[in-house]
Amino acid sequence: MTTHLTNGPVKDLVLVGHGMVGQRFLEAFVEQPGAAEWRITVLAEEPRAAYDRVHLTSWFSGTSAEELSLTPAGFLAEHGIDLCLADPATGIDRAAHTVTCASGAVLHYDALVLATGSYPFVPPVPGHDAAGCHVYRTIEDLERIRDEAAVLQATGTGTGSGTGTGTGPGTGIGVVVGGGLLGLEAAGALTALGLATHVVEFAPRLMAIQVDEGGGKLLKRKIEDLGVHVHTGAGTQSVLTDENGRVRAMGLSDGRELPADLVVFSAGVRPRDQLARECGLPVGERGGIVVDERCRTRDPHVYAIGECALAADGRVYGLVAPGYAMAETAARSLAHELADEPAGELREEHHFTGADTSTKLKLLGVDVASFGDAHGATEGAVDVLYSDSRAGIYKKLVIGADGQLLGGVLVGDTEAYGLLRPLAMGGKPLQTAPEQLVLPAGLAPAAGPIALPDEAVICSCHNVSKGQIRAAVHEQGCATVPEVKKCTKAGTGCGSCVKQLGQIVTEELEAGGVTVDKGLCEHFGHTRAELYEIVRVAGISSFSDLLDRHGRGGEGCDVCKPAVASILASLDNGHILDGEQGALQDTNDHFLANLQRNGSYSVVPRIPGGEITAEGLITIGEIARDHGLYTKITGGQRIDLFGASVDQLPAIWRRLVDAGFESGHAYGKSLRTVKSCVGETWCRYGVQDSVGLAIELELRYRGLRSPHKLKAAVSGCARECAEAQGKDFGVIATSAGWNLYVGGNGGMTPRHADLLAADLDKETLLRTIDRFLMFYIRTADRLERTSVWLDRIEGGLDHVRQVVMEDSLGICAELDALMARHVDAYEDEWAAVLADPDRLRRFTSFVNAPGTPDPAVTFVPERGQIRPARPDEDGRILTPALVAGPRLEVHSA
Amino acid sequence: MTEMLTRPVAAEVVTGTVEILDGRSWTRVCAYEQLTPGRGVAALSAEGAQVAIFRDRSGALYAVDNRDPFSGAYVLSRGIVGSRDGVPTVASPMYKHVFDLRDGRCLDERTTPDGRPAVLRVWTVRVVQKHGTAEGAR
Repeated sequence: MTTHLTNGPVKDLVLVGHGMVGQRFLEAFVEQPGAAEWRITVLAEEPRAAYDRVHLTSWFSGTSAEELSLTPAGFLAEHGIDLCLADPATGIDRAAHTVTCASGAVLHYDALVLATGSYPFVPPVPGHDAAGCHVYRTIEDLERIRDEAAVLQATGTGTGSGTGTGTGPGTGIGVVVGGGLLGLEAAGALTALGLATHVVEFAPRLMAIQVDEGGGKLLKRKIEDLGVHVHTGAGTQSVLTDENGRVRAMGLSDGRELPADLVVFSAGVRPRDQLARECGLPVGERGGIVVDERCRTRDPHVYAIGECALAADGRVYGLVAPGYAMAETAARSLAHELADEPAGELREEHHFTGADTSTKLKLLGVDVASFGDAHGATEGAVDVLYSDSRAGIYKKLVIGADGQLLGGVLVGDTEAYGLLRPLAMGGKPLQTAPEQLVLPAGLAPAAGPIALPDEAVICSCHNVSKGQIRAAVHEQGCATVPEVKKCTKAGTGCGSCVKQLGQIVTEELEAGGVTVDKGLCEHFGHTRAELYEIVRVAGISSFSDLLDRHGRGGEGCDVCKPAVASILASLDNGHILDGEQGALQDTNDHFLANLQRNGSYSVVPRIPGGEITAEGLITIGEIARDHGLYTKITGGQRIDLFGASVDQLPAIWRRLVDAGFESGHAYGKSLRTVKSCVGETWCRYGVQDSVGLAIELELRYRGLRSPHKLKAAVSGCARECAEAQGKDFGVIATSAGWNLYVGGNGGMTPRHADLLAADLDKETLLRTIDRFLMFYIRTADRLERTSVWLDRIEGGLDHVRQVVMEDSLGICAELDALMARHVDAYEDEWAAVLADPDRLRRFTSFVNAPGTPDPAVTFVPERGQIRPARPDEDGRILTPALVAGPRLEVHSA
Repeated sequence: MTEMLTRPVAAEVVTGTVEILDGRSWTRVCAYEQLTPGRGVAALSAEGAQVAIFRDRSGALYAVDNRDPFSGAYVLSRGIVGSRDGVPTVASPMYKHVFDLRDGRCLDERTTPDGRPAVLRVWTVRVVQKHGTAEGAR
């Protein structure tokens, strides 16, 4: 490329609108060859630079306007872009090549880009502009809604206070008109603001554009479960007002009157094409500035992108991804067309001829996705349905006459979206029976991205196909996910494809004969399992020794140090804080407590099986009260005490230990709890003593360090109240003994546990769990839960069963011996710390001012307890403040 | 006094008092032997700033701000000391961002969420021995 230097910009580019699409246009344009020749001016209507409108609702949950901002610091200055905030364009003179703006300024342009977006459609019913009616589009809209909701709450002026529809005095009623994507977001926001919320939707179902009838029905039920009232098939006829002209109710088409204090219109958007209309540019019948596949209007000097444009395929796109694609097309096209020396023909792949409108989102906590031909509009298409209303899952696939996947709807479980959408877009006949693709995980065979064709789009935010990712690996030598991200931009948008990206990169590298470095990190070329064997066989007892003898040099890092610490602890090498081991631990293990967001810690004493005496409860309560801690019952049937500074930990634990409590290891990659139901002792249905067994198991495996945390449960009958099938190991009582399940998981990727063995007597049960755990600890990767390990390990469940029950590898004696050693050597880590002044010394905020509490850790009251103060709040320090400041030893230099 | 040093304090130093420079005065941190190799401590400077001081396996000392710019919490002293491509590092215990201990730069991200450069202030640190001063040099 030849660059010729000029004396600064010589041409004028004016961008009207600084929304998400406008900002993307700027980012794409400044990267074009010759961009430096342009002086860029941006006219923005809103008082702030471009922000993330897609995640607008998160503003209600504390995301600040600054955090939503999409304009990187320094970006505008770096590229000499002049951004005029709150100064919208008011007119265009195409003959004179000028734009007039609200401030009266007249700007010359050589190229003009319209990115004016859209405006919310407010149905022209009587009273639509009454006080209390809102739209949901800008941060200012949200501010108004929030302020009004606050007034309703504070003054109790809401209609809801008298009608019984609200949830308490002072509660207002919010009505959202429109049950589409944005309407449901708004409903979620109103609910969060404490309003009793109703959604009125004209169509017979929610999200009519994205989901079908079955999906809509399930969605409605799920949303009603959250306390939102849904009225589908109901039109808004009027907004009724009180004597002050404020909204008091909605008149519906079925004659009903719905009381309302606050109304949000979210009934769709319309393109903002007024400027274009007024200067004679063609617009579509139903609005939208007509553009060609290069995003040019009829005037070669004027471009239009995003929601204000009617694309070459005759559609107006209301989603951000197509808007981004148009922004990039326009940037390329403009730089190319209007360059003095065009660099060849604009490539057709850069044309914008339409976009995929597939969506995947979480609305009010409900997962919803739709892709391709979701409604089965293609001739000869058939549906394949999987519906489990009990579990709240609805999945529909639309299959074409020739067997290819055309589209689908997923509600409640959208895990398969990443795989299905590219398949639907790939246009190839399915390799798998379609029903396999909608069956819940565990019932269907695993199908990785290797089954995808090259055309399959993996990253829909940046429109990156599998082929492009493969090319980045083959041709550009990318060997890691970060490199591929940098090179292709894939995975840098919403991030939902990163996992798939990793699989493709690994598969490509392996297919290309490249040995993928399976080493733990740059310091060790071994996997965790290999290091475990080395430590065990060679009897290594220190990290330094392991690094010097088997590592690649260096100091270690936050990956290998805790992993090696865990291995050393699993093989019983004394207290985890002693000697060099202390330096290897994550902060949680290092302070035997759990780090919280403000730098304070939480404390969890062990409550085996969730059984606790009244005396024990009182003691915990007294300790929490005396130290001012926040208390919460955990999911593992124990009590978490929050807000302790490191200085407070020893005193808190001194009292806990004196009262007979011990460490709960909530901080460790180790056994957390063995949860239990009350069992046959009390329960009419129980068939075994589940509490007794849970306590025995918890005491047996407490403190056992493992590749990841371990959770367990015991249920006293098949009703499974302890949710044992969602645990790393779970036991369910039968009339003949105990069934043992392994590899279950809750969390981000839930997995039901597999039955390892049935009707075991207690002795066999314990032996089998002993071996299962030790085999897992020995062979799993770092931070690999049993669920993932079980799926990964060659031979799967059958292999594990053979190893631990039939001793197929001949290692059972060894596994048994290791567990026996663990059980014998167990000591309470906290009691051991309290008994040793050397170990206690680390529990101080400042080494040169012991006793001085950390002034940065502050709290504010909430619901009768404390919570961490946010940066904009004045909080107080929990530990009693010192009378005088700390005494530091200082001398001048 | 001889030249200032920030790093490394010579490995052969085995005893002495660790001090950090705050403006024109030195503040005592702790005895050098009190620092665990591969681990850090937090200390207050004379002007009340929180400083994280680390000792690596070779015995070298580093001192940077204790505040993690990504979370806003004062926790860096509790991070894990390590190395990346030979560069001495500390990983924040909060969201695991890794910082270069020599110049305080974050090796994972250039800016913090609020758009500011992700760089920690580096403090000058020295060890004072009973007879004279053993200094590290930048």
